[in-house]
Amino acid sequence: MFAEGTEAVHESAGWFLEHAWLIPVIPAVAFFLIIFFGKRMPRGGSEFGIASMLGALVLAAGTAFQWIDRVNSAGHGGEEGEHALGLVSGMGRAVAAASEEAPPHVDAVSKVWSWFSVGNLDVSIGSYIDGLAVTLLLLVAFISTLVQIYSTEYVRGDRRYTHFFASLTLFSAGMLTMVLAPNMVQFILGWEIMGLCSFMLIGHWWEELPNAKAALKAFFTVRVGDMGLLVGTGALLMLFGTLEIGEINNLAANFENGDKGMLMFAAIALFIACIGKSGQFPLHTWLPDAMAGPTPVSSLLHSSTMVVAGVFLVARLYPVFHVGLDINMLGQDVNLIAVIGGITVLIAAGLAFVQDDIKKVLAYSTVSQLGYMMMGLGVGAWTGAVFHIFTHAFFKCALFLCAGSIAHTGSHHSFDMKKDMGGLWRKMPVTFVVWIVSTAALMGIPFIGSGFFSKDEIIDSAKYNDYKIFWIVGIIGAGLTAAYMTRATYLTFFGKARGGAAHFVHGDAHHDDEAHDEGHAVAFAQEHADLDHEIDSHAHAAHDAHGHDDHHAPVHHGKPLPFAPTDSAWQITVPLIILGVLAVIAGYLNAPALGIHWFEHMTHSSIGAGSAMVVPPPPKFTWAAAAPGLLLIAVGIGLSFFLSKAVFGDAKSPFKGLTQRVAPLRWGHKFLVNKYYLDHLYENVIVRFVAYPLSKAAYWVNQHVLDGTVNQVGLAGKRTGQFVYKYIDQGLVDGVVNGSGTTARGAGGQLQPVQSGKVGMYGTLLFGAAAVAALILVLVNS
Amino acid sequence: MDHAQNWLLSLGTFLPLAGVLVMLFIPKKNEEEAKLVGLVTAVATLAVGIYTLTQFDYDAAGVLQFAVKDQMWIEPIGATYTIGLDGISLPLYFLSMVITVLVMIYSWNHIPSPGNAKAFFILMLVLQTGMAGTFIAQDLILFFVFFEVVLLPMYFMIGVWGGENRQYASLKFFLYTMFGSALMLVAFIALYIVTKNNSADPAAANFSFQWFMENSDLVSKNTGLWIFGGMFVGFAVKVPMFPFHTWLPDAHTQAPTQGSVILAAILLKLGTYGFVRIAIPFLPEAAKTWAPIIGVLAVVGIIYGALGCLAQTDMKRLIAFSSVAHMGFVMLGISTLTPLGINAAMFGMVAHGLITGMLFFLAGSVKERYHTLEIKRLSGILIQMPRLGWILGFCAMASLGLPGLAGFWGEFPAILAAWNPAGALVDNGHETLYQVLTVISALGTVLAAAYLLWLYQRTAFGTPAAEFAGGGHGHGHDDHGGDDHGSDIHDVNSFEWAAWTPLLIAIVLFGVVPSLMFDVMDPAVQLITDHFVAGK
Repeated sequence: MFAEGTEAVHESAGWFLEHAWLIPVIPAVAFFLIIFFGKRMPRGGSEFGIASMLGALVLAAGTAFQWIDRVNSAGHGGEEGEHALGLVSGMGRAVAAASEEAPPHVDAVSKVWSWFSVGNLDVSIGSYIDGLAVTLLLLVAFISTLVQIYSTEYVRGDRRYTHFFASLTLFSAGMLTMVLAPNMVQFILGWEIMGLCSFMLIGHWWEELPNAKAALKAFFTVRVGDMGLLVGTGALLMLFGTLEIGEINNLAANFENGDKGMLMFAAIALFIACIGKSGQFPLHTWLPDAMAGPTPVSSLLHSSTMVVAGVFLVARLYPVFHVGLDINMLGQDVNLIAVIGGITVLIAAGLAFVQDDIKKVLAYSTVSQLGYMMMGLGVGAWTGAVFHIFTHAFFKCALFLCAGSIAHTGSHHSFDMKKDMGGLWRKMPVTFVVWIVSTAALMGIPFIGSGFFSKDEIIDSAKYNDYKIFWIVGIIGAGLTAAYMTRATYLTFFGKARGGAAHFVHGDAHHDDEAHDEGHAVAFAQEHADLDHEIDSHAHAAHDAHGHDDHHAPVHHGKPLPFAPTDSAWQITVPLIILGVLAVIAGYLNAPALGIHWFEHMTHSSIGAGSAMVVPPPPKFTWAAAAPGLLLIAVGIGLSFFLSKAVFGDAKSPFKGLTQRVAPLRWGHKFLVNKYYLDHLYENVIVRFVAYPLSKAAYWVNQHVLDGTVNQVGLAGKRTGQFVYKYIDQGLVDGVVNGSGTTARGAGGQLQPVQSGKVGMYGTLLFGAAAVAALILVLVNS
Repeated sequence: MDHAQNWLLSLGTFLPLAGVLVMLFIPKKNEEEAKLVGLVTAVATLAVGIYTLTQFDYDAAGVLQFAVKDQMWIEPIGATYTIGLDGISLPLYFLSMVITVLVMIYSWNHIPSPGNAKAFFILMLVLQTGMAGTFIAQDLILFFVFFEVVLLPMYFMIGVWGGENRQYASLKFFLYTMFGSALMLVAFIALYIVTKNNSADPAAANFSFQWFMENSDLVSKNTGLWIFGGMFVGFAVKVPMFPFHTWLPDAHTQAPTQGSVILAAILLKLGTYGFVRIAIPFLPEAAKTWAPIIGVLAVVGIIYGALGCLAQTDMKRLIAFSSVAHMGFVMLGISTLTPLGINAAMFGMVAHGLITGMLFFLAGSVKERYHTLEIKRLSGILIQMPRLGWILGFCAMASLGLPGLAGFWGEFPAILAAWNPAGALVDNGHETLYQVLTVISALGTVLAAAYLLWLYQRTAFGTPAAEFAGGGHGHGHDDHGGDDHGSDIHDVNSFEWAAWTPLLIAIVLFGVVPSLMFDVMDPAVQLITDHFVAGK
């Protein structure tokens, strides 16, 4: 513990808790250092980025320790409230936080300064630290640090190396700003900074049109949701007369006889913003496209920043949503947040089955897991949802970084599982182990993976809180997750090595991720010398013409690559190992199965409670309750593994290419011939009949209806614009003006002698005419 | 405070005219001399402005300062020379001085054809007097005169130094604004007559703002509505509000860069300033009735302007249309009649001035290098001119209202305010209307993102079009440092840096520390909105 000891802690809330506002300031300053001096630095500015993230991490860790201490001492003494109020007398002003119902309640540590005040609106800036904020602070700082270290290797030699680190650093700063925001304005500030950075990072290789378009799409889609954020904030201001988050939560939790309809409106409006930001159905379409960005970006974006912002908003303002949408009200078995979350869980999981691109599998997986978090919040499983943010960040970040590692040194910069991967487990053991562990965590395998503890609590709560539909959605989703991850794992690591993984380049490498690949290939060409050095032992003689740069010079099929798949450099593997370890152990912070409720204990005060808001406690864990989910996970893994092996395993098998045709007869044939699967035939057929066309249909809807609608709306907007501009603006309104102009010119011609250029004369006439008109106006009206 | 340093504002306003006098004696061919005198005058004026900033009593920002009161000017019609500066005027007054200096710096080597730097600089100085005068005038006739003084230099700027279609555009600009001014003047005189006739002491009547503020209750409701209508048209044309905006795209497109910048940064604000300073405080009762109409037109303008932007193929014209949308937010803020909304509007005026001014500067520089602003033909600006490309991206982000940059504080509080309009409007049953308007205006922020980023994606991203890719530089070199540029298409030069840096800094500064401006404006705005709390 920090050296000051208990006495200091009792005098004030603790140095770190009071100075948590420094955490986003450090990377923000680093951003400017990188922008202005980065290019002159020996490591292109990445040293600023990493140093700032380490600094933020140290502060976040200190904050976490002091928060833990605070909760523990509050558990004994319970007099922290007064201290919290007294602590900020100096420069700032105190904001009393939350209510005092739930034991042990721990007040948030708030340190704010007046940012500006207009009319009767005072807006503060500063930090609001409670269990929720501490969790995210630590998470964001930690993951960002690892991702930046990873990036030093991954994007080395990139054409915009410095800019990359600048954006990455600002990205983290934005998330941190948002996480500890004491009020909605600072929250929106962080929220939008992330939007900006996602635009810059997704479009990092903007020379290629698809990347630029993906960046635009991401920003634009999120911006559509942001409408809700703006309007919802306006509604909150109307209801509560303040934008301070602590006060809003307190007032909402004790919402008795106000305008309930307005509160519901505010909740819905704010939730729309979350739909956009957190990739919930139906605004999730930007997320897979966002894979156009470099892999470290995807990993950061999908784990701890950006996409969890929407979930965080719901968790942060939980009383607003809980009361506004009547969550956990007696007799309620469905509500908006749970429905959207539930739909997202299923459709995204379905889509993950039909992806060839490993990053897209992970992207849909993220969408699906975000659905779990939302669903959890929708059924009152606040702790489970927030804990799922926490555990998901580690294993999803690890999975993305594994995918990056594979592309970096395993599959020749391709993310196509079918064309360029396979059999990699032997060649990339570190990546493989981390992948397996993280996958286990994502699937929710008990004790191996942290995802089990968090996900199971969400599913369990849905059942316990009488949201039966969502309990079913939850366990089905768990089964699907297990299945699609098994498929991806099989394609990537098992079976025969193909394409890049077999160190051969396709002549026709026009896979989905080409844009990405292309961008990276350029970067890669520049660092070629370095890389050669590292992988010398694997180098083939024929690395003459930098031939892997297949987008600049066509490469013939079957040309050997200059290297064989291998694990990446330490900058990549070390973060992987750390994340892999955390993917396992992070879950034990809150393992109901073992009677551990530590995380719940630490964050409980952030949920909010009041006369109008009673959140049921998490249900008591029983293996019987967890059994159906676990069974489906096991079934999912088993089915998917056998299917994958059959479909992808043998290049000469008649089933190859089956993924393009839905041919039930071949299905039957396959399972009849392959006796080993006979036992499962019936189930397989059903699964295939239901799951496969279903996921295809979902994907079709995704691509044609949802995505198509987005495109059509854009197109229609443009067409309307063109129409309005052409016919109404230029034709009608302007025509009237031109008409009167012509008339005036005519009249001007008549008045030529009078006008005759004399300003005085003109003035007199104008003034006189106006006076006459004014007189008439007055006379008429008096 | 009353009459302390009451020479300061007159000096700041009329100093440019002294420069004009000197310049008249410089032969036309001594261009450097003429430009130097012009710039020195503008800098001296700015120095007076900075001194004014230091002398301004920020604790009494609601009170007129450096005021000259009741100096009879045109005795027979009761016009006085009354001037003063409060928190509403100060930011715009100072902004006009800054913009003039920056535009002159930019003009140093960017005199548009057909040349004649002397005349060009003289016009800018005259414009400066008109703009500053409008913001300090505390007498309706004085205000009107300054308001009109601005018109002629801009007319010539567009008509002489403009694009191919300059004759048409300048005439349209002049006619349209004159049309508005005429109605406005009618309204002014009518207001004077009404207040004079209804006053207990008609002899005391004059055109000073104070007179009208004090006697605002002498105007009957019906008359007030008509008079407000006259002012509305005059100011709405200047803003410009839908459907009076069609002069703007033409004027902007045809105007030389300098003209566009001044037009966007200051001239449009004369209209919105008129609403805040004159129409609403003088006729508060009428304002309550007109506010919803203004709000609806403002929101129509937001959406309409954005749709217009989406249809554009010309970069400058797109920026011009975006002004319609942005000024829509300003007017929406004003129409709420709340302190928050009007503060947002005032902030939005300055922010729009800085940001859109910068965008027009950028458009001018792009045009100078590529000789076209057709979006289709431009691409890969970031490769050929990385710095200019970055600045363009920065300004696009600022313009679409990214928090942390100035534009946000014009938009976001306006939206908040629109959801919570003044009590008087709620009493009149307009709450639902305003909430609908809020949602639609929020849609405007989405469209703003669409047209700005779309513009940016098409012009800045990608690789340069073949026709501009010459010069032997390009891709390969940029990969290393990003600093290389061809000799024909060059990155930001030092004059441009000098002109732009203050604007860029201001965009960030006001974005990060909005209280710099809110604190100044708020006391003055509060005085205006006192009329509109519920039940009054």
